[in-house]
Amino acid sequence: MLNVECRPKAEAERSHIQHSTFNIEHSTFAFLIVLLLFRCSAHPSDNREPLEFWALGSEGEFVQKLMPEFERRNPNIHVVVQQIPWNAAHEKLLTAYVGESTPDVSLMGNTWMPEFVAIRALDDLGSLSKQQSDYFPGIWATNVVGGTLYGIPWYVDTRVLFYRSDILAAVGFPHGPRTWAEWREAMTRIRDQKKSKWGILIPTNEYEPLTVLAFSAHSPLLNADGTRGAFSQPQFTDAFNFYVSLFHDGFAPKVSNAEIANLYQQFAQGEFTMYITGPWNVGEFRRRLPPEMQDKWATAPLPARDAGEPTGISMAGGGSLVVFRASKHKDAARKLIEFLSEPQQQVRFYELTGDLPARRSAWQSPVLATDTRFAAFRIQFERVAPLPKVPEWEQIATAIYDRGEAAARGTVAPKVALAQLDRRADELLEKRRWMLENRDEGRGRTATEISRIGHRARFFPRPSSLVPASPPGSP
Amino acid sequence: MRNRESRAALLFLSPAIVILSVFFFAPVIAGFLLSVTDFDLYTLGDVHNLRFVALHNYRELLANPVFWTAFLNTLYFALIGGPLTVAVSLFAALLVNSKLTRFKAAFRTIYFAPVVTTLVAVALVFKYLYHPRFGIINIALGALHLPQPDWLGDPHYAMPAIILLAVWKGFGYTMIIFIAGLQNIPEELYEAARLDGAGAWGQFRHVTLPMLGPTFLFVGIVVAIGQLQIFAEPYVMTQGGPLNKTLTIVMMMYQQGFKFWRMGYAASVAFILFLVIGAATLLQMRMGEKR
Repeated sequence: MLNVECRPKAEAERSHIQHSTFNIEHSTFAFLIVLLLFRCSAHPSDNREPLEFWALGSEGEFVQKLMPEFERRNPNIHVVVQQIPWNAAHEKLLTAYVGESTPDVSLMGNTWMPEFVAIRALDDLGSLSKQQSDYFPGIWATNVVGGTLYGIPWYVDTRVLFYRSDILAAVGFPHGPRTWAEWREAMTRIRDQKKSKWGILIPTNEYEPLTVLAFSAHSPLLNADGTRGAFSQPQFTDAFNFYVSLFHDGFAPKVSNAEIANLYQQFAQGEFTMYITGPWNVGEFRRRLPPEMQDKWATAPLPARDAGEPTGISMAGGGSLVVFRASKHKDAARKLIEFLSEPQQQVRFYELTGDLPARRSAWQSPVLATDTRFAAFRIQFERVAPLPKVPEWEQIATAIYDRGEAAARGTVAPKVALAQLDRRADELLEKRRWMLENRDEGRGRTATEISRIGHRARFFPRPSSLVPASPPGSP
Repeated sequence: MRNRESRAALLFLSPAIVILSVFFFAPVIAGFLLSVTDFDLYTLGDVHNLRFVALHNYRELLANPVFWTAFLNTLYFALIGGPLTVAVSLFAALLVNSKLTRFKAAFRTIYFAPVVTTLVAVALVFKYLYHPRFGIINIALGALHLPQPDWLGDPHYAMPAIILLAVWKGFGYTMIIFIAGLQNIPEELYEAARLDGAGAWGQFRHVTLPMLGPTFLFVGIVVAIGQLQIFAEPYVMTQGGPLNKTLTIVMMMYQQGFKFWRMGYAASVAFILFLVIGAATLLQMRMGEKR
């Protein structure tokens, strides 16, 4: 748009300069015009369709390398990549929406999707759903809000168990624990045989460990339409008690992220044996652990709540590509997303950034299929569930670890902590309830959309043969 | 006659009144009105989702432990950082103003330089200085066999580290004001004090300090207002962490407003900060009057 507006003026000025004597005033003017031309586009003479693409973090730097191929195939589209740091991206996208300056295409953390759907900023991408069966279902589901597809998964992220294979082998679990009972048994042996100071490291200021335990215990976190907390229900209580017992039984230190001086050094020294974390740490462990440690660590899918299930259930994270409703280049935007979603581009992107591809076919590439550390992620991605699809989620997540920490440190009883958590969630979700109650009166257009959200589909039905039991080891 | 005079007065006052109402009263009233609504993300999607909630935001805020953490952190910062800034700047002003000092202008410029530098650039440099392993501060401490804290990562050291930066960045400004105040003290007073047998400390205690009274009042108010609005330093250096230990009131307002887009709630934070700053200023003015 800018391109079209400034080009004729700029060209007129340029010809004007050629005919005039050169003086300081003109050279300043010329300099400004040069700046203006750069602002318009790198190729002032072309009339290709400009496509603004916001890529966040280091991905923004690397994705530039994929652009020449896209522009070769689509000679009439020119992609302008804007790189935005992750920690400023969320605010920047929101303010861009308010200021009516959203890009055409953007990368977006898939947990932000519900917010941007609530403000009606995103375009329906239903026409791009042909390849759906090639994507991991839990990941795909994060992009569907109220039955409409708003994003295409680009790269994926989840949490699995990292562990010291030498220590776990010494206590009889060389492949990692498969169930919560085995998990507890392994940690008990580690503690009693003094194999390591701590069985597991769970930073108390992260919501992810408690959340994946809750998913594994089949807790939906919130009620069906996402208007109230479901934290006092048996499934979440089950996970919460297990979580708290890890601290009370001396398996995990009561420390926050800020109190861990050097995670990698402590892992190498055997201070702790297990750690729940994400794919970026595969690279970090390879880089930061000393060479003699490299065959002494491994990854495994999360342990299952019960023996009847293959693995635990982790959370569906990652980044998705979205098109903004205000975009004037929606067809070109879709072409770019289709291009970036091609398996070979996904593999290329993995090689550039280390970000894991969202499509199963990309995982068949030898670079990924032969990597033993990523094998656990490949298995886990088949069993991931989306986080509650409500815009208030981030604040609820803060409350989750806050109450988890309080119970772990023993300042409140678990039961009280859960009641407090429910109260906090209900408080945060009050507006949603009001909107749903008022939708019949025709107030609030978003209310009807919200009502269809049903924040989370049940992904993995609990095996019917298994009755809810108290966590192993708890009284 | 009286009527004409007051009309003339009104005419002369009108530019000030207009400017004050446009740039002060109107935003304050708008901010207050915003704070009694629940303007949020859903409102952004559809304006029909706006509700009048009376003082609900204030009630929720005062019941929120995070707000009190931010409040106490801000007080901590202001009560330690404020007096420290005043003390350091007075000391620097005395040094620069001393008759024995040569190159006064050069020192004034050097001490004033941090004030005119960009805060974000300075904060980044300080981030390097504070680095637990490669920062020059910890290398120096290590050479002296002193403990080397993780300045910005340790909950106990993060706020002191930010106070140090803020004092370094801000003392030059108040130093200049103090120098002006010092230069206004008539030389005869010192002469008389010397004749009465007052030493250096006696002169400082009984001549300099009392004569600087109005300067202290001005500096106190300006510093307090600035300190209570602390935002950029923790935003660049720690993002409010570790464990919310450097979360300040304005940072909380920013998070609620621009991260969660709860504008109504954020406006109530802003209004409470406005009241706190107003109260702090009134208190200092009262104390100044008594003196």
